Amino acid sequence: MDRFRMIFQYFQSNSESVMNGICGLLALASVKMYTSFDFSCPCLPQYNMAYGLGIMFVPPIILFLCGLILNRQSLMMLEEWRRPQGRRKKDPAVIRYMCSSIMQRAMVAPVVWIIVTLLDGKCLICAFSGSMDPEKFVGFANVSTVQVQQLLAKVPCKDDELMRNNTSRKAVSRYLRCWSQALGWSILLVLIIAAFLARWLRPCFNQATLLQARHWSNYMDIEQKIFEETCCEHSRLFAHKCILHFFESMRQEIKLHSFSLPREGEGAEGEKDFLQGITDQDQVNKLLKTWYCEKPPLDVSQAHQR
Amino acid sequence: MDKFRMIFQFFQSNQESFMNGICGIMALASTQMYSAFDFNCPCLPHYNLAYGLGILLVPPFILFLLGFVLNNNISMLAEEWRRPQGQRGKDPAVLRYMFCSMAQRAMIAPAVWVSVTLLDGKCITCAFCTSVPVDSLGNASHPQLSQGEIQRVLARIPCKEIYNGQQLIANEVAVRYLRCISQALGWCFVLLITTLAFLVRSLRPCFSQAAFLKSRYWSHYIDIERKLFDETCAEHARSFAKVCIQQFFEGMSTDLVAAHCHLPRKAPADAGEAAEKLLGITDQGTMNMALKSWHRCKPPLHLHPPALPTENGWAGEGQPPTHPSVPRRETAAYYSWV
Repeated sequence: MDRFRMIFQYFQSNSESVMNGICGLLALASVKMYTSFDFSCPCLPQYNMAYGLGIMFVPPIILFLCGLILNRQSLMMLEEWRRPQGRRKKDPAVIRYMCSSIMQRAMVAPVVWIIVTLLDGKCLICAFSGSMDPEKFVGFANVSTVQVQQLLAKVPCKDDELMRNNTSRKAVSRYLRCWSQALGWSILLVLIIAAFLARWLRPCFNQATLLQARHWSNYMDIEQKIFEETCCEHSRLFAHKCILHFFESMRQEIKLHSFSLPREGEGAEGEKDFLQGITDQDQVNKLLKTWYCEKPPLDVSQAHQR
Repeated sequence: MDKFRMIFQFFQSNQESFMNGICGIMALASTQMYSAFDFNCPCLPHYNLAYGLGILLVPPFILFLLGFVLNNNISMLAEEWRRPQGQRGKDPAVLRYMFCSMAQRAMIAPAVWVSVTLLDGKCITCAFCTSVPVDSLGNASHPQLSQGEIQRVLARIPCKEIYNGQQLIANEVAVRYLRCISQALGWCFVLLITTLAFLVRSLRPCFSQAAFLKSRYWSHYIDIERKLFDETCAEHARSFAKVCIQQFFEGMSTDLVAAHCHLPRKAPADAGEAAEKLLGITDQGTMNMALKSWHRCKPPLHLHPPALPTENGWAGEGQPPTHPSVPRRETAAYYSWV
């Protein structure tokens, strides 16, 4: 419990940590989505490639867009980019820094999906089984062209009646899976090396600019949060004043219209203060009706001056 | 337990977070509902389409309405929309902002249901199995059947146990084909929804940021004002009730003293908080009478104004009872005789 709370607080403490947390969650969600998705290759000549490549590339686009949507910093970057200059200059380095950090975080989940897909192999087998050279495989060598296309298209479907015990199907399948996994591992290696170099060589270039950009980007984030909190506080105080002013003006109106002046002795009980001179069913009904039919103006300057 | 409470507090801290929490719960509930639902295709020519499309489209509509119902702000929006203008102008931008933010949240659970349904494939397989292209996918050497017969055979595709059309078209081929189409539609739908959400979120700062900030502030203000007004009314009602009941008991006790010449038996030595709290009702008969009177004849919702201190020392206790003071003196005199 304590450990969970500590982790939770750690991620909440810093905006960057929150975004890293979201990034990690999206990557996990992407793996979970892949494992729960029921991949079923159509095993038809024209549809295989479209299906296979579609499953490999469309979800990454969706995950990328999700990564951009869930990242608060992307909104902040757009606001900063589009705001009128006013009395505060715009620093393109800060905007560039924010943009690159957003893009890097948003790319993690799509890359995870693509790598998991390649390492699993089903997509590539489905997409490229029809493009295999039949001469290389004994079972497909002496078959007519049209039929060979049909047969090759059925390779991804293990349970198909034609393919059930076909050794050539297994050969094609293994061949494609080997390529798929090799591609997956190579991409992973290239990306890790690129990330390593980028992080290692970054201090050699423009470190001062980077520190400044990071500082001002954090500043903007904190400023935005504090502004929102201040607006909330202000709105609460405004509402409080407005309601008190409303009750007060109701009381004065009742005083003017009725002749039974409430005599307030010095020893008035504390409860009477809450009642604000409204001590009758009709008066309460009138107050509630006025609240609905004629809300007071959004102007507490008179109440403030009193 | 502690973890649950922490998560709950995090979501409650902020109104928007709370609504996001409800939104997430509904999305999870929608996937859970789908997996718990026992999909049963009728496997009859005209019923398949109705059943399949019904399961695809009716629950999202229900979830959408539920999203609105569970949102507390719907009554706020309706109130703000219908109230008379009075002294406070109405801003249509605020109403639009409130409606849009509610509609966006309400659309998430239906979108999740539709995506999960399409990606699973059972609904589309059931609905469109009679439209499978038999010419391209079917076996070339199938027996010539009438159109109606073909429809009936194809309608049984989702029900593997009773499928009898292997010569016409293999069951697995048809199911794979339909499922492929369904999943393609599902992914396209998710892509479309995500792109729309992305565009809505990213185009807003480019065009109407100032108006957005204004609408958001006033929408929060209306919410806070409503809550504070409810709290103030609750406090007022509490004070009102307290004074009303106090005046009732006082009225009771003065009535009884006037009617029955009953000894109030006020021991001066013990006069203090306890005696005050008893409000002059000190025996079973009096209490029963008070309770009966409370039930039969509740006091009017009209508080007596507080009295100024009078000579006989009845400061702050309702209207100065000039009439009952005479019998009191009488009983006091009688008592002193004994």
